[in-house]
Amino acid sequence: MQTAATRFSLTTAEGFEDFLALRDDPDWIVQQRREAFALYQELCRQELDPEEYRRLDLRVFRPTDFALQGSPVQTHAAEGFTTLMAERADFAGHVAHGDGFLVRSELAADLSAKGVIFCSLNEAAEQHPDLLREYLMTQAVKPDADRFTAWHAAFWTGGTFLYVPRGVRIQQPLHSLIGLASAGTAECSHTLVVLEEGAEATLLEETGSMHPEHAGLHLGAVELLVGREAKLRYVQLQDWNDRVFHLAHQCGRVQRDGSLQWTVGALGSKVSHVHQDVMLDGRGAEAQVNGVAFASDRQKLSFYTRQAHKAPDTRSDLLYKEVVRDRARMIWRGMIEVDQVAQQTDGYQRNDSLILSREARVDAIPGLEIKADDVRCTHGATAGQVDEEQILYCMCRGISRKEAMHLIVEGFFAQVFDRIQVEAVRETLSHSVQQKLGFGN
Amino acid sequence: MTAVAFSMFFQFEGKTGTMNSVLKIENLHVRVGETPILNGVTLNIRQGEIHALMGPNGSGKSTLAYTLIGHPKYEITEGTIEIDGVGLNEMDPCERARLGLFLAFQYPVTIPGVKVADFLRHAVSNVRNPERKEGENLISMREFRTELRQIMGQLNMDEEFARRYLNEGFSGGEKKRMEILQMAMLKPRFAILDETDSGLDSDAVRVVSEGLSKLAGPEMAVLIITHHERLLEYNIPQHTHVMLAGKIVETGDASLAHELHANGYAEVRKRHPEEAAREQQTENAASAS
Repeated sequence: MQTAATRFSLTTAEGFEDFLALRDDPDWIVQQRREAFALYQELCRQELDPEEYRRLDLRVFRPTDFALQGSPVQTHAAEGFTTLMAERADFAGHVAHGDGFLVRSELAADLSAKGVIFCSLNEAAEQHPDLLREYLMTQAVKPDADRFTAWHAAFWTGGTFLYVPRGVRIQQPLHSLIGLASAGTAECSHTLVVLEEGAEATLLEETGSMHPEHAGLHLGAVELLVGREAKLRYVQLQDWNDRVFHLAHQCGRVQRDGSLQWTVGALGSKVSHVHQDVMLDGRGAEAQVNGVAFASDRQKLSFYTRQAHKAPDTRSDLLYKEVVRDRARMIWRGMIEVDQVAQQTDGYQRNDSLILSREARVDAIPGLEIKADDVRCTHGATAGQVDEEQILYCMCRGISRKEAMHLIVEGFFAQVFDRIQVEAVRETLSHSVQQKLGFGN
Repeated sequence: MTAVAFSMFFQFEGKTGTMNSVLKIENLHVRVGETPILNGVTLNIRQGEIHALMGPNGSGKSTLAYTLIGHPKYEITEGTIEIDGVGLNEMDPCERARLGLFLAFQYPVTIPGVKVADFLRHAVSNVRNPERKEGENLISMREFRTELRQIMGQLNMDEEFARRYLNEGFSGGEKKRMEILQMAMLKPRFAILDETDSGLDSDAVRVVSEGLSKLAGPEMAVLIITHHERLLEYNIPQHTHVMLAGKIVETGDASLAHELHANGYAEVRKRHPEEAAREQQTENAASAS
C-alpha cells in the first residue's frame, strides 16, 4: 500500500529535499541536483523559447498532477510491461526500469569482459563514478537549456548507461525499457551512451505504460556521445498510453568521422514534446535522423529538431514521416545550422505527412541558418492525403478498406523503414501501425 | 473452416466443368452524377468464354467495367448484376473481388512504398479465403513465393519486379504486365480487361496478349474491352459486342471484330440510328458545357 510519504512533489523545495533524503547519491550528484533545482525555479519564472514552444499549447499540463514514487511498486515485475521489441530480436543485454526503479540489468559476459558497461545510471554512479561524472549532463544535454532540462537534472531517477570502450564493436543490439506503472507517477529517466573511438553499438530503447489508463509524466533526457570513427545506431520508440505527458530533451554529438543513426518512433502519449539536437563536432562526422510518428484521437506530438554542423565536411540527413488521424495534431519545427567554419557541409531535412482525417492537423516548418558560404543544404516538407483511388484499387483485389489503409500507411513509412534496416524495429512499427488503424492484436 | 470449404468447392467445380458460373448483366442503367451513361446493357458471360466489347470513345465500355467491379462513382439506377444468381449490386469492390471478379485497370494506380510481392500476398490471401478479416494470417510466405516465382516465370517476368513498389516508376507496358500478373495470381472466374492494349507498342501488346492467352481457359471468362484488334489475334473471342450510346447494339462472333477494325463504326451507326442520334446529343451536350 502506498502512503503519501512515499511520493514526492516535483515542484516544491520540500518535495525535492525529501527526494534527496531518500536517495543515496554521492555528493557530486547531490550538488548537481541542488544547482539544477535552483535553476529550475529560476527558469520557471522565464518564458519558454517561443521558437520551440509557441505552437504547442502546454496549458493542459499541470506539473503538480504528478509525483515521484519513493519505492518500487509491488507489481513491478519487468514482464508486466507489454514490451513491443524485447521478443523480436536476440539482444546482448537488457536494462529495464519501472516508475524510475531498476527491474532488470543484464549484459552478455563476453561484452563485460571487453569492458563494455551496460547498466542503470544508479549502478553506474556506484561502480563507475568517474565515467559518469565526466559525461553526465556535461557535454550534450545541459541543465540550463530550459526549465525542463533543469527540472530533469534535479530529479533524474534512473536510466540507462551504455559505455563501449575504444575499438569494441558490438554486433548484437542492446535493449532498454522505460516503463510507467502507477497512476500519476513521474518518471525522469536519463539515457547516456558513450562510444569511444572506433566503437560500434546498436541500442533499441522503448517506453511504455504498464496500465492502459494510468496518467503519467516522462521527463526524460537522452545523451549520445559518439567518438572518433565510432558508429552508433540508436532507436527510441515512444509508446506510452494516451494519458502520459512526454517531455524530453535529447542530444547527440558526433566526433571526427563518427556516425550516428538515430531513429525516433512516436506512437503514444497525450502530449509529447521532444527536443532533438544533433551536433556534428568533428570533420567528416555524419548523422542520419529518422522520425516515424503516428498520432490518433486527440494526441499532440511535437518535435523540435536541430542539425548543427560545427565542423567542415559534415553530413546530416533528416527524414521525418508522420501520419495523423482523428483530431490529432503534429508539430515539427526543424532547423539546420551551419557554423562559419563548417564548409563543405551537406545538410538535408525533409518532413512528409499523411493526413487521414479532416480534423487532424500538421504543422511542419523547416528552417536553415547558414553562416558558411560553401555548403549544400536542402529542406522540404510535404503533406498529403490518402487517395481514394488507391483504396479502391486495393479493394478491387479483395483487400478490405482497413487493410488497404494499413498497406498505404506502411508504404508511406517504407522510405524511412528502408533506412532503419533493423528488422525488429520495422516489425514493431508495422505492428503498431496496425493497432493505430484499429485492428490486429 | 467455411473458407477452406469454399475455395475447395470452386476448384472442384472448375476442374470438372460440371457447372459453369455465369455473370449475368440484366438491363443495366448507370449514371455518373446526373448524366446517364449506360442505358440498358444486357450481357451473359459464362466461365471459359472470351468476349470482346468494342465501341467508339464515350460509348460506355469503361463505365460498364467500373460498374461491374463496384466503383462508387457509378450509380446503378436500374437493372442487376449477378453471378450464379447472387446479386452484386449492393456489394463493395472487395466482396466482388473475393467472389472471383477481376478488373485489369486501364490506368493502374501507383501505391508508393508497397512492394508488388506484399500487395499480391495480401490480395491472394483474401481472394482465396473470402472469409478472412484484416489482421488475420496471410498465406504462408514460402508457399506464396514459390507460386509467385513460378507464375512470373510463365509470364517471362523478371523476379526483380516483385520487389519494386507497386507501379511506382513503371512504364506503361510494365503497368499492364503488372495487371496480368495480378490476374494470374488471383485466378478470377471473370476477368475484365479495360483497354489493356492501349498506349502500348506492338511488342508490349504481344507480351500482354501472350500472357493473357496462357491464362484464359475453361476456368476463366474474359471480357476484353478494346478499340483495337491486336489483343484479339491471340485471344479469339467467341462473342463480340458493339456498344453505342450506352447500349449493346450488336453481337456477333470474331468476324465482327475484324469488320469493325476494318470499317470503323459508321456502318454500325447507320444500322442503329436511334443510338447514333443519342450519341450525337450527348456529344453536343458535352461540348456545350
